[in-house]
Amino acid sequence: MSARVITITSGKGGVGKTTTTANLGVALAMMGQRVVTIDADIGLRNLDVVMGLENRIVYDLVDAVEGHCRLRQALIRDKRLSELYLLPAAQTRDKSAVSPRQMIGLCNQLRPDFDFVLIDSPAGIERGYRNAIAPADQVIIVTTPEVSAVRDADRIVGMVEADEKPYPELIINRLNVDMVRKGQMLSTDDVIEILAIDLLGIVPEDKEILISTNKGTPVAMDGKAASGQAFRNIASRIMGKDIPLLPLKSSANVLERLSRFIRG
Amino acid sequence: METIAIKGTSDGLVITFGEGPLQTVLDEMENQLSSKASFFLGGRAALRVGERPLSAEQLKTIGNLLELSGMTLWAVEGEHPSTLVAAQELGLETSMRSKEPPVSTTKAEQKGLDESAGLIVQQTLRSGQAIRHAGHVCVIGDANPGSEIVAGGNIIVWGRLRGIAHAGAMGDDEAIICALQLMPSQIRIGAHIARPPDRGRAPKTPEVASVQKDQIVVERWDKKR
Repeated sequence: MSARVITITSGKGGVGKTTTTANLGVALAMMGQRVVTIDADIGLRNLDVVMGLENRIVYDLVDAVEGHCRLRQALIRDKRLSELYLLPAAQTRDKSAVSPRQMIGLCNQLRPDFDFVLIDSPAGIERGYRNAIAPADQVIIVTTPEVSAVRDADRIVGMVEADEKPYPELIINRLNVDMVRKGQMLSTDDVIEILAIDLLGIVPEDKEILISTNKGTPVAMDGKAASGQAFRNIASRIMGKDIPLLPLKSSANVLERLSRFIRG
Repeated sequence: METIAIKGTSDGLVITFGEGPLQTVLDEMENQLSSKASFFLGGRAALRVGERPLSAEQLKTIGNLLELSGMTLWAVEGEHPSTLVAAQELGLETSMRSKEPPVSTTKAEQKGLDESAGLIVQQTLRSGQAIRHAGHVCVIGDANPGSEIVAGGNIIVWGRLRGIAHAGAMGDDEAIICALQLMPSQIRIGAHIARPPDRGRAPKTPEVASVQKDQIVVERWDKKR
């Protein structure tokens, strides 16, 4: 048994790489998979906060790479899911503290004991990105339906291809159905038309994300939230199940719809 | 004979020195390079100096000049022995038939064609990817926003052209740019630059851009035939 290493990246910052990593980690672990999430954003770590594990950090990725501790000691077990672990980034160092070769070595050490290794890539296309992408067996690109985010995602697709990695897959995050309908936001088709890569899932814009991120409880643990369901579906697709895309519902309530109807 | 002749080949630039004092030749070279700067960026250049003897010091100066235009000097061909010695001293090739074939060798080039050789690129050009070629460039696929195609000859995109395209980059106003869907962020032909209107619609038919009366004009492809 050997883990599959999946790198989650985007080029642009703030599109939801960390949120996606945390939620896919949770969703896969809820399906009984043994999962490690790695925060490769050395110097600007966030994944620990989103997963609510910030106050348990003793050792980090750089400590493990530099041999200050054993890799096992740096892994933090999730407080809710016993098969989910986090390898946090160092906060007081920068991206040059680790090399792509060391990241490959690190992942190879993790492979025998887990089913999935999810790497949360930093934004950008420099050293931090290259560290995150080096060990990847599979690459997931996160974008929002914005022209700037799609442009950066396109650049990353080109770079992944140049690295001779398998074709990346796409998650469109924060899609607002109402805005698409009004023609104010790029639609799924617009995004796919440019990037021309396989769509792994669409995550609707959802205020639950913000609430859960601040609480440190990834939304995928929440049975009701639409975004949580979207992440669980994506996890199922990663497991090879054929799950149709969620029908995207308008977030407007009855009253808003009524007033829109009256206004025509 | 002219003071200098600059020729693009798919193996990089070939700069042939003519008669006259070295300084005049170099001034003219600088002059010509700066007018075609966008094309040469990142390329390599070879010198053909004929019987002119050049010292290592002088070659170094020329190398630096080329570097300013974004090029690397890789070979010096000459007949004077001291030029060859100087070139070897600087680690430069003394024949353009380098032992290693250049990375982007095309079949046409092997047959001895250079400027007329076309380059076929069968992939989606993504943001940040650039194609530079002295001859014609044909892309089978889309050229996405943020990509760049610079060609000495014509540019044909069998797909959507949404990046920047520069045809006739070495000053050829006769060059054309055509695409199944021509919706570039900017097009350049020779020394002309144009951008589409800000609220442009996606064209429904293939179009071709050319220079007419000193302006870039875009027309439907079927109009021409």
